[in-house]
Amino acid sequence: MFERSKIILVVVLVACGVASPYVSGINPYYYDILISIGINIILAAGLNLVNGYTGQFSLGHAGFMAAGAYASAWLSLSYGDALGTSVWATTTAFVLALFLGGVVAALSGLLVGVPSLRLKGDYLAIVTLGFNEIIKGVIQNAEPLGAQRGLGGMVQHTTFFWTFAFAALTVYVVLSLVRSTYGRGFLAVRDDEIAAEAMGINTTKYKVLAFVLGAFFAGIAGGLYAHFKQFIHPEGFNFMKSIDVVVMVILGGMGSTAGVCVAAALLTILPEVLRYVSKIEALPHWLQQVAENRMILYSLLLIILMLTRPQGLFGAGALKKKKA
Amino acid sequence: MADKLLELLQQIINGLSQGSIYALIALGYTMVFGVLRFINFAHGDVFMLGAFAGFYLGPKTLALFGEGPSYPGAIAVLLVAMVVCAAIGIIIERLCYKPLRERPKLTVLITAIGVSLFLENGGQFAFGADPKSFPEIITDRLIEIPASWGRISELTITISQLLVIGITVVLLFVLTYIVMKTKMGMAMRALSFNPVAAQLMGININVVISFTFGLGSALAGAAGILTSIQQPSIDPLMGVNAGLKAFVAAVLGGIGNIPGAALGGILIGLTEALVVGYVNPTYRDPIVFGVLILVLLVKPTGLLGASEREKV
Repeated sequence: MFERSKIILVVVLVACGVASPYVSGINPYYYDILISIGINIILAAGLNLVNGYTGQFSLGHAGFMAAGAYASAWLSLSYGDALGTSVWATTTAFVLALFLGGVVAALSGLLVGVPSLRLKGDYLAIVTLGFNEIIKGVIQNAEPLGAQRGLGGMVQHTTFFWTFAFAALTVYVVLSLVRSTYGRGFLAVRDDEIAAEAMGINTTKYKVLAFVLGAFFAGIAGGLYAHFKQFIHPEGFNFMKSIDVVVMVILGGMGSTAGVCVAAALLTILPEVLRYVSKIEALPHWLQQVAENRMILYSLLLIILMLTRPQGLFGAGALKKKKA
Repeated sequence: MADKLLELLQQIINGLSQGSIYALIALGYTMVFGVLRFINFAHGDVFMLGAFAGFYLGPKTLALFGEGPSYPGAIAVLLVAMVVCAAIGIIIERLCYKPLRERPKLTVLITAIGVSLFLENGGQFAFGADPKSFPEIITDRLIEIPASWGRISELTITISQLLVIGITVVLLFVLTYIVMKTKMGMAMRALSFNPVAAQLMGININVVISFTFGLGSALAGAAGILTSIQQPSIDPLMGVNAGLKAFVAAVLGGIGNIPGAALGGILIGLTEALVVGYVNPTYRDPIVFGVLILVLLVKPTGLLGASEREKV
């Protein structure tokens, strides 16, 4: 009746609630990093479902995040006070906005999932990338969403509690799913699609499900982001943002949720550490220069990782050498 | 009526010259895919390096052919950039892709993304992130069409536009000759058809793969120079968008298929020009990707691609 994972989830949620008021008092810079870690965990854990467990290569996660961010921001801006102005009413409206963001993103995930039935590998990668560009392009041309100017003025509802509560929920859902019959289905599609189909697994269903769920979580993450930064811009959800999330999944190890969460945290902190290092006067000049060009370091890290440890830091072997 | 026709003709000419550039880059994607079955994401950045090779080595090369811009000088700059890019392409393959040849494609694809990010950011570090102005290697001017030709004389066609289209056609012929008539080309086709059988027939696949990377990268280098003649402002991130569009072109035409890449490039160039001319420039990228997705939904292997059966 009380599974261990459920108890852990409840404990984490309560801990987030208790800690939230204290955490929000810390240095705003650290607070900002902390919230970004939570949002990136949601993004990476969701993408891991698609790229890691189901073996589909999606390069358009930022597009789903954009869909969620804009949908929730639009709802908040238009109907944020519709339920009243008390704390409870605005909080309810905020959670509803987040879910709307998730649902809109999930619908766009469905749109991408359907062509994915016919395409695989590199073709799928380019189509998801294309969808990312299309979503961005539609937003850039939509006047009600601020078009090229971006959208601002949302109330800052996102707190430590909401971010990490949703991060915990995401991780819980992904882990529960992976341990269930569905998880076996995802893994079967990844390991050998033809064999899976021959065994009577509805590969279509699993692929679309992975896309829709991954997109839903990305939408939630987008909503949290929009209500934290209070300003969103189409260029913030470009191809590079998608690559960022992909790198988190790969570094953590495709198909290892714990690894992916650690990688999301590491890769959020790393740029800030490098920024700090680049400003320490006592260090040699070249080291400062290296730290300043964090993207060079980042890309080298990616190449070296693939050459030496393709299963990621914590991965179990989704990308292990194939036997001929 | 005549006005509209004239405008359409103008857009088609603009589209053709932009499409030629895409076609040249797309050929590199497609050839590498043909022999290795993976997408070299860093290819667009080799195109950028071609432009910078012209920027740094161009003035000196040009000076060998006398004062100021000249056509022989411009051709020499083009060849220098092609050689530099071919070398870079071969080095990238040897260092980053060769050790991964037996690994799953995803590993190689991610490595390619890493190489691409490295070239972009390394480029910003080495060349500076601000746009540079490309040296004038030919004197660009409008072509004066005799007024006796009627209203066609109202078209604006520049020398550089014609040059881009002309050089692309020449390079396409050279490429077709290499692939269809030479021994190396035959080896490339054999490798693309069946790598194991090709090896058994005594083909040294390392040499062929290096050659393919060199050839594709040289074409990207040529595209880098040609695009810089038209738009003399170059920066280390110029390969991102061009590379992406060329990749779309290669997939649209059927990746792995050489005429398909050329066709796809021209189609993407034309689509872009028509969208910019008749719809709205901000819709350019979404429409290009929309066309790609539609084509893939109807024909998942692209316009000219042959469908491949998966062997169990």
